[in-house]
Amino acid sequence: MKPRHKRFVLIGVGLALVAGASGLVLSAFRQNLVFFYTPTQVAANEAPADQTFRIGGLVEPGSIARASDGLSVRFVVTDTAKNIPVVYKGALPDLFKEGKGAVVQGKLGTDGVFVAASVLAKHDENYMPPEAKHAVDEAHKAAKTVKQ
Amino acid sequence: MSGSKINWFKYASPQTFYPLAGRMQPWFAWAAAILAVVGMYVGFFVAPTDAQQGEVYRVIFLHVPAAWMSMFVFLVMAFWSAIGLGFGTRLSFQMAQALAPTGALFCFIALWTGSLWGKPTWGTYWVWDARLTSQLLLMFLYLAYLALANAIEDKSRGDRACAIFALVGAVNVPVIYFSVQWWSTLHQGASISMTKAPTMAATMLMGMLLMAFAAWFYTIAVALARVRLIMLERESGSAWAVQQLARGASA
Repeated sequence: MKPRHKRFVLIGVGLALVAGASGLVLSAFRQNLVFFYTPTQVAANEAPADQTFRIGGLVEPGSIARASDGLSVRFVVTDTAKNIPVVYKGALPDLFKEGKGAVVQGKLGTDGVFVAASVLAKHDENYMPPEAKHAVDEAHKAAKTVKQ
Repeated sequence: MSGSKINWFKYASPQTFYPLAGRMQPWFAWAAAILAVVGMYVGFFVAPTDAQQGEVYRVIFLHVPAAWMSMFVFLVMAFWSAIGLGFGTRLSFQMAQALAPTGALFCFIALWTGSLWGKPTWGTYWVWDARLTSQLLLMFLYLAYLALANAIEDKSRGDRACAIFALVGAVNVPVIYFSVQWWSTLHQGASISMTKAPTMAATMLMGMLLMAFAAWFYTIAVALARVRLIMLERESGSAWAVQQLARGASA
């Protein structure tokens, strides 16, 4: 083996070792790196009940109820399997809508209601003009009526 | 070596690469300028409003090309570093170092535009989710690389230290890219990927790709200009560099 080849083998082995080590570290962190828990995980007591944590899911359609003070709002976060009722007082992001993704941060009360200190909207990776969106929605509706 | 093979090492010598880089540089610079103008026009005037986010989504035409470039440049730096360590070619190390400031610039643009995009859509400038945190780590890796490149007086030792740092730091790049798949993040998944059709309207995609190519050509043009300066600085004692400098002074 030429010294040049030897150096490339050394670089390759070194890189493989670094990649392997960071792979192990990342897989160990996997549980702790979650930004939010799903309602199913919360229902299964996987979330830290006595601490502040985040729940991510969809805002259940028809669940948003605003209080008369104009600031407080109640809604339900769902992952379609489990639901978590949430109360929040404050301004909501523009993209916060029924049927859309949201991440709420706060504490779970003993009554099972999540008291949120902040609400973030999570949007998806689809970008399309409003006319295309309308067409997609209509197609979904049509597909649903066919199924029923 | 047989006669039909191209002698790639010819261009690894600063003496032959210096004039070649000088001739290539204006072409890449002009291509970058033209692509950026066309890309901006498509992005801001031709591409439709987004159904979900309205006009604010147009940040994507800066944000995504900058973020792609910031990751890609680090991989290219790692590539040149490996070549440099393996073959002992000084020019490879110089290429890696010429790319670093541009990578850092794009990384900063990605973080900055992302933050401005996050406020009106997510409702926050910053969250510590896996995507944002790993991208911030990339920024620190760039800054550390630049600091390291300037910290070591002995250039050949500095080159090797930087190269090893770039190779190790490159491990962060796939972590950034796959962070949105591996962990639950506030940042949405990829709209463009190797495995599935893009999830965006065609004109939006075109604007974004034009801007991405503009970023590529800009990076190449700037890196070539920077590597020429590095070469002159490093080789200031050699005959060809003295000749170049004399020519530059008389012009």
